[in-house]
Amino acid sequence: MGGLSVDLCGIRLDNPVIPASGTFGYGYEFAAYYDINVLGTFSFKGTTREPRFGNPTPRIAECTAGMINAVGLQNPGVDQVIREELPRLKQCFHKKVMANVSGFSLEDYAYTCEKLDREEQVGWLEVNISCPNVHGGGMSFGTSPDTAAAVVRAVKSVTKKPVIMKLSPNVTDIVAIAVACEKAGADGISLINTLLGMRIDIRTGKPVIANKMGGFSGPAVFPVALRMVYQVANAVSVPVIGMGGVASAEDVIEMMLAGATAVEVGTANLVDPAACLHIIRDLPAVMEKLHMDRLSDIIGGAARNG
Amino acid sequence: MKDGIYTIAENSLIAAGVYKLRLVGDVSEIRKPGQFINIRLPGFYLRRPLSVCDVDHGAGCVTVVYKVVGKGTQALSQLGTGETLQVLSGLGNGYDVSVAGDKPLLIGGGAGVPPLYFLAKTLKDMGKDVAVVLGFNTKDEVFLEKEFRALGCRVTVTTVDGSYGVKGFVTDALPAAYSCFYTCGPEPMLKAVWKTAQTGGQFSLEERMGCGFGACMGCSCRTKTGYKRICKEGPVFNKEEILWED
Ligand SMILES: Cc1cc2nc3c(=O)[nH]c(=O)nc-3n(C[C@H](O)[C@H](O)[C@H](O)COP(=O)(O)OP(=O)(O)OC[C@H]3O[C@@H](n4cnc5c(N)ncnc54)[C@H](O)[C@@H]3O)c2cc1C
Ligand SMILES: Cc1cc2nc3c(=O)[nH]c(=O)nc-3n(C[C@H](O)[C@H](O)[C@H](O)COP(=O)(O)O)c2cc1C
Ligand code: FES
Repeated sequence: MGGLSVDLCGIRLDNPVIPASGTFGYGYEFAAYYDINVLGTFSFKGTTREPRFGNPTPRIAECTAGMINAVGLQNPGVDQVIREELPRLKQCFHKKVMANVSGFSLEDYAYTCEKLDREEQVGWLEVNISCPNVHGGGMSFGTSPDTAAAVVRAVKSVTKKPVIMKLSPNVTDIVAIAVACEKAGADGISLINTLLGMRIDIRTGKPVIANKMGGFSGPAVFPVALRMVYQVANAVSVPVIGMGGVASAEDVIEMMLAGATAVEVGTANLVDPAACLHIIRDLPAVMEKLHMDRLSDIIGGAARNG
Repeated sequence: MKDGIYTIAENSLIAAGVYKLRLVGDVSEIRKPGQFINIRLPGFYLRRPLSVCDVDHGAGCVTVVYKVVGKGTQALSQLGTGETLQVLSGLGNGYDVSVAGDKPLLIGGGAGVPPLYFLAKTLKDMGKDVAVVLGFNTKDEVFLEKEFRALGCRVTVTTVDGSYGVKGFVTDALPAAYSCFYTCGPEPMLKAVWKTAQTGGQFSLEERMGCGFGACMGCSCRTKTGYKRICKEGPVFNKEEILWED
């Protein structure tokens, strides 16, 4: 098992597999199904200052090899997360958890991060500046290097924990945004969040999703995500977490070769609740076949190999 | 909740566009009427939720009845005996039979009829006097009527065009007296039942689902007792909890 471990911002992970925010709740739906302590860690549901119901339904649309969601950051708010979800999680998860945070103003981000910073079980703050679902919300921060950097500074001033900035792929130059985040003090970068997408029901002529548009994810987005991870990992020196369409041990290795230190798995958990368990179980055999002793050695291998 | 491979023992047309699918596999997690299973179909990314219509724990088989409404159910209808499917079972809360009283009423419309069969069977086993009102558009679409009668239920069928049974909607044919009601069907029917019904009762709701087991928040609804996930805290809700949004 030693060959699977990686270091993420100074915290050792038993393996690089991390369920992605929004697809794993606060962990315990899955804990009832398998021992989630096998995970490297997981990123919990995007948490905001106030409780949110999110968008009207339908929130889900099926696509070829993927789906669109417009959940709209439904969550019980940071106070209830601290009061109820985290104590419950402690019962079934004995590792550091990644706290995913979203906000609608710099003050929101700072407020929520400051509260989560005090929670012992929180190992990293993953700051979502990319959620495409909320009008005038997260989207605007993640689409310009200046506003992205402003969020980094706001958050870094209230926490000692590693701050990982989660980027939106719905931008013209993702490298510029990643570099701006690093310069502003980010300890890591994670990407990609969902791609803005849409489906129309041709029988009714209306958008399938009540919010009209939503975030596209799943295996279909993998090549786009991989490309962005490659570009960003070659432009920054902080660790990068790769995600987008990952569904197998092979996908994890490909993401790491592109430059990811760890890999998040999102939508795959929804169609196969044991997806991460299977990936972790399959990794050693796939590594052996590829003559890889340690995953930490292959990070960014594609750039080195030409 | 359990994910497993099931073998198709039967997949047959029982009414216009309606199929009965019997699957053999591990049914140990299926405990209550009103629960559903989530079926992975070759070539489709998301699973398809279908209510449990009947379960035989001894023989290890579960029956669902589905209506072909789109590409997924169309593809499902093409599968034959002996083929296998990946199925997540034991999902949802199910109906609460402890509130039935002695004369429960079951009201089903179209593709909402199937879960009521498992419910009727459970209530008959408990010795209840069960009345069933089933609504369909037209005669060709009527299904499960004989099966409900065979359980010993008092059955009334309505069709919108009057081609079979009582002409009209289920709410035109509700019996005068009942102790409690249970319903499943299209939203306009549920709303009409909600307005008409004289007693307390339970509704099974539907929503497009990402996961079916509480992970994605795709299926949330507002209720008088807070935000609920239809796949997890539902699909069955008490009459008093429901807030219709329109
Ligand atoms: C808890 C639950 C129980 C159900 N039980 C039954 C049943 O016993 N018998 C039956 O005939 N139907 C039932 N349905 C509806 C059934 O799931 C849909 O008709 C089916 O998913 C349609 O798939 P499709 O590919 O043919 O349609 P498409 O419209 O092509 O499907 C596209 C997407 O929309 C989703 N979708 C479409 N219609 C519905 C719907 N009405 N509800 C939820 N998701 C939908 C599909 O799952 C798929 O992800 C149930 C739905 C839910 C939520
Ligand atoms: C239903 C759903 C909800 C999501 N919610 C969040 C969220 O709250 N915060 C966040 O940063 N990302 C959220 N995401 C994005 C995922 O974490 C991930 O970045 C994206 O889906 C790409 O990975 P995947 O293709 O493996 O799913 C959500 C994705 C899905 C499908
Ligand atoms: S469908 Fe995912 S939470 Fe209900």
